[in-house]
Amino acid sequence: MKKIVVVLMAMTLTNVAFGQNKNKKMTFEVNGKCEMCKTRIEKAALNVSGVKFADWSIPTHQLSLIVDERKTNAMAIKMAIAEVGHDSKELKATQEAYDNVHPCCKYREDNTDDGKSHH
Amino acid sequence: MQKIYRLVALLIATNFTLYAQEVTGLVVENIPNGKELPLAGANVYWLNSPIGATTDQNGRFTIPQDPKYDRLVISYIGFITDTLTIGAPKDIKHILLANNQLEEVVVEKKRDAVKKTFFSAQNVVTINSAELLKAACCNLSESFETNPAIDVNFNDALTGTKQIQMLGLTSPYLMITQENIPMVRGASQVYGLTFTPGTWVESIQITKGAGSVVNGFESISGQINTEIVKPLTDYPVFLNGYANLNGRLELNAHINQKISDRWSTGINVHANNRSVKVDNNGDGFLDAPLADQINVQNRWQYQNPETGWVSFLSFRYLNDDKQVGQVNYEPSIHRVNQGAALDGSEIWGSEINTNRFDSSAKLGYVFPELPFQSIGFQASYSNHKQDAYFGLNQYDIDHQSLYTNLIFNSIIGNTKNKFKAGLNAAYDGYDELVNDQAFQRVDRSLGAFFEYGYEDLERLSVTAGVRFDTHNRLGNFFTPRIHARYTPWERASLRASFGLGRRAANIFAENQRLFASSRVIQLNGNGGDIYGFDAEKAMNFGVSYLQGFTLFNRPGNVSVDFYRTDFENQVVVDWENPSAVRFTNLTGESFANSLQVEFNYEILPSLELRTAYKYYDVKTSYQTGLLQQPLQAQNRYFLNLGYETKIKENGSQWRFDYTLHTVGEQRLPGSENTVPTTQFGRVADGYSLMNAQITKVFSKKFEVYLGGENLTGVRQGNPVLGASDPFGPDFDTTVVFRPILGTMVYTGFRFKG
Repeated sequence: MKKIVVVLMAMTLTNVAFGQNKNKKMTFEVNGKCEMCKTRIEKAALNVSGVKFADWSIPTHQLSLIVDERKTNAMAIKMAIAEVGHDSKELKATQEAYDNVHPCCKYREDNTDDGKSHH
Repeated sequence: MQKIYRLVALLIATNFTLYAQEVTGLVVENIPNGKELPLAGANVYWLNSPIGATTDQNGRFTIPQDPKYDRLVISYIGFITDTLTIGAPKDIKHILLANNQLEEVVVEKKRDAVKKTFFSAQNVVTINSAELLKAACCNLSESFETNPAIDVNFNDALTGTKQIQMLGLTSPYLMITQENIPMVRGASQVYGLTFTPGTWVESIQITKGAGSVVNGFESISGQINTEIVKPLTDYPVFLNGYANLNGRLELNAHINQKISDRWSTGINVHANNRSVKVDNNGDGFLDAPLADQINVQNRWQYQNPETGWVSFLSFRYLNDDKQVGQVNYEPSIHRVNQGAALDGSEIWGSEINTNRFDSSAKLGYVFPELPFQSIGFQASYSNHKQDAYFGLNQYDIDHQSLYTNLIFNSIIGNTKNKFKAGLNAAYDGYDELVNDQAFQRVDRSLGAFFEYGYEDLERLSVTAGVRFDTHNRLGNFFTPRIHARYTPWERASLRASFGLGRRAANIFAENQRLFASSRVIQLNGNGGDIYGFDAEKAMNFGVSYLQGFTLFNRPGNVSVDFYRTDFENQVVVDWENPSAVRFTNLTGESFANSLQVEFNYEILPSLELRTAYKYYDVKTSYQTGLLQQPLQAQNRYFLNLGYETKIKENGSQWRFDYTLHTVGEQRLPGSENTVPTTQFGRVADGYSLMNAQITKVFSKKFEVYLGGENLTGVRQGNPVLGASDPFGPDFDTTVVFRPILGTMVYTGFRFKG
């Protein structure tokens, strides 16, 4: 047990040594198309513990994040986003999750930005 | 060792999953000396699945295994992506080979400070510049004609000043701010709204209910914030001229210039004048004041996107002169001093002269790396000097005010949980002369506030704030306020709010219209700290429901609001007795219930209908009993129709606007007395007012408008009681329940360079 505690402490120290940033900016692409997608994507991202700020751009499809790297990582966020039906470069939402998004958000059929035509 | 690693990996894994089955592993790269180096932050995911993981500091990963997926992708920037076939849970070790080319280049787009608009917890109505153009005249007090949230009443029979009210309470119970700095208060309470020219206004935000704790404790039934045009975004040159058939002339000019990448400056000039004497009702009194105003503002705007600093500096000087009273009155000849022997040949007149200087400085810092975090500092100073007399009554007020606010915005955990924390300090020095009695008062307060905002981005948002203030006259007190919004289903919003507010009533400044009467002023105080009265204190709560809909492919919405304000103490202005006005602390009840039902719909393409019914139950315990506030109509109806043609390529367009206000019966003061005290009787009948305006836009640069107010010419026949003997006992100009001026036609132009 003592050993584990020591290792854990060492890990914490390495974390500091590696300079894990508690306000790390990251940006990656997430597929979607409208204002409703935006809310869904941002909400899923913010629900991941460690994500402080999320802004998905309708025209560029880029999700800009500020995250606490000690608590989460990009893949965990992408998983959360796939869970609500949105694909990223690596992860694909299940058909079931995709079927659950609102009909206006069906980006796999048409990935163009039409945020202006509806909400 | 391996065991411990496993344990540690398990312990620090951020995602504990319910999957019993998982694939674990180590991702490394080969380095020149033949050793292996763990790769931290590599992506590990099942191909075409929603499942992924990232390697930790030691290159370890744990990924749930799902029989549906068997291709495990391992990728890392600068390395060749590998895909492994894995059919069953196991522990693997994988070596990634460096890729000489960068596989992925991330270009970070430079973005502006991100601004999000969520559905707010507060019941906020925004009037934008397009809406403001619907009623072209002339200043902030007249900017609410096309909006049902605010009711416009007449202040008195002389100055033509409009008094605004919200939720059944007049403007002293609203907090009126300009760019979040308290503005219309103290000495400027009555005429302050007329000192902000309409063209200076960029937008107005109206918050019903208690409002935020950030700007202070004074708001009771709502807040109105005005954003003024900004040098950076306003037109380089803007010119507006206005004239009406009653002789009112207005001129507005804005000149804005960008001085450098970071600095912009602008000068806004307003002048208005009325030198034509109008007495259409033949009572010998001017129907509208002779007026002269010059109003100059200079603003400086600084913006540095790289460092995150923003700043505003504003300076404003105002001189406003009004003359009212009998048509033949000539101040230099006819002014009668108090105590002079009257022989019955005197002419009654009044002058209200105001000089005001305002300045404000704002400094804001947005942390460049943290768009959700900022610090703001505001400081403002104003000096308001009004010299006035109303016949024999003299009323002068000097008000110096200093206000500072420091505010820190940030988040708790993530942007779903935001907070604002800060400090306010305020100083108000009043120096008043009421006839031959001087009143001097200094108010000082220091406060700290904290406001927490939660939003789940979809259904729920809550803003809860509390502030603690220490005030030399109001004492030490907490002010809590809470607002919540819930979306039960699509396009619906359910809101509720609760809050407390307090204020020191400036009884003379707020009620100075009463000087233009023969009423005797009685101050029946209890030795309180403010003119012998206690501070006013009230609680406000409300609920509202908004539902959007689409009918025949066109959008609409319907809303219902109910608000109640309950006074614990109020300085009651009792003018039920026609020969006196009596100020007392509240004994008994005082409350305002307001109900508003609003319906908005695009009835035909480009034809917008806005309609509202409002019910006000505003009662106060007067000497004669618990009565509806005098001149407060219980029922009001509002309708606005707007039509716009399609904008052509050159920018040309026609715009049409029509507004109807129906005001129900109003109780007149003294209605409970055995003999009705005014010659009008006990109640004033209801009436309807109609306004309309046509705007022809010739191009993006030039437009003209033509409008009419009070098209049917509704008028109060004899608004001045005892007009034939203005120095006699029956003289009264305060009982005004209808417009004084009849139909008024106006025209003007706008040039945007």
